[in-house]
Amino acid sequence: MQVAPSPSSTVPTPSDAARGVESVEDLTARLAATGYVGDDSLATTVWLALRMGRPLLLEGEPGTGKTSLAEAIATSLELPIVRLQCYEGIDATQALYDWDFPRQILHLRALEAAGGASAEEAEQGLYDERFLLARPVLAALQQAPAVLLVDEVDRADDEFEAFLLEVLSTYQVTIPELGTVTAAVPPVVVLTSNRTRDLHDALKRRCLYHWIDHPGLEREVQIVRSRAPEVAEALARQVVVAVQRLRDGAGLLKPPGVAETLDWARALQMLGTTDLDLESAARTVGALVKYREDADRVRTALDRMLAA
Amino acid sequence: MTTSAPVRHPGEEVLLGFTRAVRAAGVAVTMDRAQGYLEAVALLDAGDPEGVRRAGHATLCGGPADLDRHDQVFDTWFDPRGELPRSRPREERPAPRLTEVPETDGDGGGDEMTDDVIRARASEAEVLRHRDVATLEPSEKARLEAMFATLRCRVPRRRTARHRAWHRGEVDAPATLRASLRRMGEPSEISWRRRGTKPRRVVLLLDVSGSMSGYADALLRVAHRFVSACPAGASYGVEVFTVGTRLTRVTRALAHADPERALVAAGESVPDWSGGTRLGESLQAFTDRWGAAGLARGAVVVIASDGWERGDVDLLAGQVARLQRLAHRVVWVNPHRGKAGYEPVQRGVQAVLPHVDDFLAGHSLATYAELVEVVARA
Repeated sequence: MQVAPSPSSTVPTPSDAARGVESVEDLTARLAATGYVGDDSLATTVWLALRMGRPLLLEGEPGTGKTSLAEAIATSLELPIVRLQCYEGIDATQALYDWDFPRQILHLRALEAAGGASAEEAEQGLYDERFLLARPVLAALQQAPAVLLVDEVDRADDEFEAFLLEVLSTYQVTIPELGTVTAAVPPVVVLTSNRTRDLHDALKRRCLYHWIDHPGLEREVQIVRSRAPEVAEALARQVVVAVQRLRDGAGLLKPPGVAETLDWARALQMLGTTDLDLESAARTVGALVKYREDADRVRTALDRMLAA
Repeated sequence: MTTSAPVRHPGEEVLLGFTRAVRAAGVAVTMDRAQGYLEAVALLDAGDPEGVRRAGHATLCGGPADLDRHDQVFDTWFDPRGELPRSRPREERPAPRLTEVPETDGDGGGDEMTDDVIRARASEAEVLRHRDVATLEPSEKARLEAMFATLRCRVPRRRTARHRAWHRGEVDAPATLRASLRRMGEPSEISWRRRGTKPRRVVLLLDVSGSMSGYADALLRVAHRFVSACPAGASYGVEVFTVGTRLTRVTRALAHADPERALVAAGESVPDWSGGTRLGESLQAFTDRWGAAGLARGAVVVIASDGWERGDVDLLAGQVARLQRLAHRVVWVNPHRGKAGYEPVQRGVQAVLPHVDDFLAGHSLATYAELVEVVARA
């Protein structure tokens, strides 16, 4: 990315990964074609991230479709997706690269057996790219253009965030034995976080931010229709209406996300339900809520809802 | 302003002014964020208000709370009829101030005399440690405030899944093998490891309702000691919330090193100072928004309240039970517990007692020292 002295007068060059996406409307259409139904503000942010070549930080409740958005972006741009799942204790060897020690040893033993190579050649042959195990970040740089999904970055430690910062600002990785790997085209980077802790401001500042909320009624019906086309329209609507009421009013410990709505709709469809009734709902409630207390609350709430 | 003809400003100036206003509203807008904002607005159409709003969301904000603040400023900044959000008129609370320790004795006298004075003062401090903070005279209060600095807060630690290299413990097979592979498969030194430890999070929920007004100041001081006990920017650490009729996060405000300034900042951010008590609802808000997301998971949760609940007692009990399932330990601090003849008769206290791991007093500095010790050993 170039640094423009007066950014509002110079229109930045579009990132190569985003080439072909003309406008926000175009991107919305492309995402819709992959089955991802999002609102305009989400599409605008994604489009800005593509055009400005910035990473995209997605936050929101679990089950609101953060990870699937990254997948949809990859599909709509026809790019490969490389996923880095973060966890406590993840470090550079699990994110960047590692040397394949057993194969290096094997290589040396083979040379020994053949008895040909000089010491210097054998040594040089060891640090070859074929002995390099590319972990997600390096893989994304090598495969670029690609989509790099850094999933649940809030689970990783602070040190890892600092390391990400370095990679995200330069899009290059230095391997002492081989040299520097630079992405031909900066990858499209998507970070997701469940907000179990506050991310560092330095990392947030590099990214464009979007908060994914639970969708409204019409949009959620659209999502169910698009993601689970086998579910009948009438049933889908009944399910979504019920879920939306449960989310707002039933005081659940863990309000169901869109993922749970989809699971529930599919479960009901599999049982051959055409109309949401108390009996079928009670049998499938495990797809919707995952706490015993919640299951009871859902039953009483549905009782009232379906009686009315 | 409203009657004069609108003044035309160049677009950049208006937008940069807007970023300043957003920063003034409490969003951490830095230069590079502002630059990104200009870039984003240029990419979208500057004439489309919705686009400009979304550009602001994407580039200036860093959390759901920021989004609301941004929108509030946005609505007024780009609408000439509106007014900028005024800061809420704050009732004047005398700022707590440190005063000199009054000289209890004139000069003069030999060594024996000064020795006596020092001893007398030491025991005076000891008496003050055990006095109820709600009944202190202003001068005594000022002395006690300085004594809060003696609270040595330590954060409890927990075992982690990650191992650390150690000279004893279990054999670290992967590290040993890797070391031997580095030596071409020759056996090498054996590595050992043990489970590491990590600081456990501490969450303080302080009741600032009217019935607790005598203790809220002291409790915030204790909270400030806890916050300053952990290094800035640590991912674990201490989180402080005030509860009353609503839930307010005051961790940021208390991060200031100087206790007086930290307390003033915390006081400014709490809207329901000395209000009513809806403890159950506030706890529910905490667990829904923060606790279940991971803040309370495995943490030591300290709730400081007298248990005067005006809302639904069953809700309160249910929420504390839920917190106990999430947290490592739930500590209830009740300022009235240490007083003579206290019986836990309030409905709120009776409802929560079965779900609480420790039930502590919290009316004097000595009891706060005890609380610090209980948390450190949790």
